[in-house]
Amino acid sequence: MSAPKPTPVFSATTNACKACTPLGACLAFRGVEGCVPFLHGSQGCSTYIRRYMIGHYREPIDIASSNFSESSAIFGGGENFCTGIENVIAQYDPSVIGVATTCLAETIGDDMNLMMHEYRAAHPDTSVPIVHVSTPSYTGTHAEGFHAAVRALADQLAEGGPREPRCVNLMPGMVSPADIRHLRELCEVFDIQPTILPDYSDTLDGGSWREYHRIPEGGTSLAAIRAMGRAAGSIEFTSVCDESATAAPLLSERFDVTAHRLDLPIGIDATDQFCQTLSQISGRATPKRLAAERARLIDAYIDGHKYLSGTTAALYGEEDLVVGLTRFCCEIGITPVLCASGGNSGNFETSIRHISELTGNTQVIANADFAEIEAAITDNKPDLMIGYTRGYAVSRRLDIPLVRVGFPVSDRIGAARLLHVGYRGTQQLFDRIVNTLIEAKQDASPVGYMTM
Amino acid sequence: MTMPGHNLPILDARKPHVHTKGDQPINIACEKHSVAGSVSQRACVFCGSRVVLYPIADAVHLVHGPIGCAAYTWDIRGSLSSGPELHRLSFSTDLREKDVIYGGEKKLEQALDELIAQYSPKAAFVYSTCIVGLIGDDVEAVCRKLTEAKGIPVIPVHSEGFKGTKKDGYHAACAAMFSLVGTGDTAGIKPHSINILGEFNLAGEAWMIRRYYERMGVQVVSTITGDGRIDDIRRSHGATLNVVQCSGSMMPLAKMMQEQYGIPFIRVSYFGVEDVANALYDVASHFKDQAITHNAQQIVRAELEGLLPALTRFRNDLTGKRAAIYTGGAFKAFSLVRALRKLGMQTVVAGSQTGGREDYEQLRNLCDDGAIIVDDTNPVELARFVQERQVDLLIGGVKERPIAYKLGIAFCDHNHERKIALAGFEGMLNFAKEVHGSVTSPVWRFAPYRHATEASNQRGIA
Repeated sequence: MSAPKPTPVFSATTNACKACTPLGACLAFRGVEGCVPFLHGSQGCSTYIRRYMIGHYREPIDIASSNFSESSAIFGGGENFCTGIENVIAQYDPSVIGVATTCLAETIGDDMNLMMHEYRAAHPDTSVPIVHVSTPSYTGTHAEGFHAAVRALADQLAEGGPREPRCVNLMPGMVSPADIRHLRELCEVFDIQPTILPDYSDTLDGGSWREYHRIPEGGTSLAAIRAMGRAAGSIEFTSVCDESATAAPLLSERFDVTAHRLDLPIGIDATDQFCQTLSQISGRATPKRLAAERARLIDAYIDGHKYLSGTTAALYGEEDLVVGLTRFCCEIGITPVLCASGGNSGNFETSIRHISELTGNTQVIANADFAEIEAAITDNKPDLMIGYTRGYAVSRRLDIPLVRVGFPVSDRIGAARLLHVGYRGTQQLFDRIVNTLIEAKQDASPVGYMTM
Repeated sequence: MTMPGHNLPILDARKPHVHTKGDQPINIACEKHSVAGSVSQRACVFCGSRVVLYPIADAVHLVHGPIGCAAYTWDIRGSLSSGPELHRLSFSTDLREKDVIYGGEKKLEQALDELIAQYSPKAAFVYSTCIVGLIGDDVEAVCRKLTEAKGIPVIPVHSEGFKGTKKDGYHAACAAMFSLVGTGDTAGIKPHSINILGEFNLAGEAWMIRRYYERMGVQVVSTITGDGRIDDIRRSHGATLNVVQCSGSMMPLAKMMQEQYGIPFIRVSYFGVEDVANALYDVASHFKDQAITHNAQQIVRAELEGLLPALTRFRNDLTGKRAAIYTGGAFKAFSLVRALRKLGMQTVVAGSQTGGREDYEQLRNLCDDGAIIVDDTNPVELARFVQERQVDLLIGGVKERPIAYKLGIAFCDHNHERKIALAGFEGMLNFAKEVHGSVTSPVWRFAPYRHATEASNQRGIA
């Protein structure tokens, strides 16, 4: 039994390869210390998004909702907003509330600035900062929502002041908790104190508790976000986002914090660039420890290269992730035959084509759904699919092994612990990819070889 | 020392929704719009409609709105189909900014046109999401037009998320299905015939239930909506009895069918030994047919002969353990309290998203003194209750799971996404295995919360 094969149609999206903007905003807010994400709109949005995220992270993810009724849709959601914020403060005692507006609130034109102003006027004793990001789900995808929330946090909280030469802002995008932990480690070996925004490495991948925490511990502290205007530099991993959509250009413009925009550090070249940037900011050479990790990775590339020779892959997921994976695949000898994303930033294809090692007939589809993805690889099946769980239906029908990367991975345990970035993360991803190919070959062989 | 969990507050607006069984009669607030900011576990009107109609396998389900609503409900239920599986594809008009400005009717019409041509479904359901009502799309008119042009029912589902609660979504789904009822040929339907309503064929449960009834000599005209087919719904008015499971979702349809076609209904549950036996006996006694009654008795006897001894092993390990239950509809909670009791377990916290006053009264009556009864609860409250009552097991859905797991408490998924059949007699055995497998796992001894509570219990005894 298997779901039927879809056929792409022009006017409808079939099996979406994206989620909606408020989800990304909630994820970003979840990485701020003491923060409760709050969706201004219908109750269902918060519940659906919670459900979707819990499937991946397997951690409590509380997202409040102003829970519109029919009358709020007619007369505006101001009253519900106020009640909602009061209740979130009473129930969670948060240090910050991250408000994202859903399509409902955006369409009726709720004036959030006015509402927040009214709320503050009515509650002069409440000092909990409220950060607002506009995330109508009819624009962009969860990735845009994520970046918009990060930018909103920087925009509404960061302050200027004397430079702190060891501090660097790092906006990694939608990477895994394990990635965030590793990125911190990488910064620290260069003697850099990173403010990683967001940092959900603990909040979405925490330990077993002695007692229940309303808000899981961890996350980027308010103080650290405020200090972002004083950092020695900002690094953000994105190749597709416009400068007006992310935090680093804003911090550069407003506080003169130098912005470094890099590709996701997957693979040796991209990680080298990241390390060079850290080295440049810190004035320190790449430490021995990292050089050893890099050398091991090169050694692994060589050990594995024969298994990869001549292989092809279909890559899909968030635009920035796919760009990073494409670059990595080219680096190790896998030919990407398809690079697809549900995102539609307008810069996806350019970023992919920009990868100089990219040769052959790589099809690039932005604004893709899984019907199009399947159609694109049905006749010319690649050896591998690399992407998140929702591609499983395609992988199963076409009998193509799937390496799970991205969000969500909801059919395996340990999604939060998948490491992809840096030399070490690349190593793990590389091993998974090669082993998946070896396993497929071994399973398909009638001989049953025990050495491969 | 404070009671565990008592550092977790209950909002003032939420207090009337919580009742502790004691001397006081129950006077619980329920069937209300969720408190803003309370982090309700409920979803929305759209969700109610979508989960109910989802298992209809030979229809196109088109979500008219921005992408989120479709993305989060793609392949969400473990509802199996014995034939077509169109329901497992997720279709959305994926509205963009320009559609919101200029209206989405054209896109909707074109999408329906293309999807119907592509998949030749027996019908199409068009779900309205929040913004569809706001931008003024005349979904009804588009559906009428396509119905005429395509010769299949194209049915609008009025499921704008904010227009009520999940329960209103059930109503909208029932209204959509009711437009089909009475349009099919009832030839060949026998006097002893039923529709199975509110059984969604998770992990093949509707097939099990159907077999029981067929073995009894009762004809099953349709299962709505598990393994659902449009043509079965169209002729379902030919059945002489509606057998309704699930408290909220299908009652509106049963009531409409009673009013319009004079078909009586009975309410049943297929969870737990007593409940599933009663579900068979109640149908038999409705038909007042000796053979059917005899067959029902035979089935129950045969099934119990195998089942009861098998349950003993689990019961031995589980006796005296405490459970918390949080379900969508309250009717399932009743069954679970009884099923847990069969396993020697006591329910100390019980709640639901959509229960009514009578439901909670019944739930209170089923539970022991001291049990907490709660309506439309949230994670903070649930975390408080499970700590306060020191439960060994939480039964709920994926949204409740982390609350249990972070505290090192066992968990059983009894929601619509599960992949394991828990209904019927076989289901009871699976349920016992599920509960037992989690409660008796060796991993709990490492959980700090369990250490803390066990240590404080020992101090209490000393």
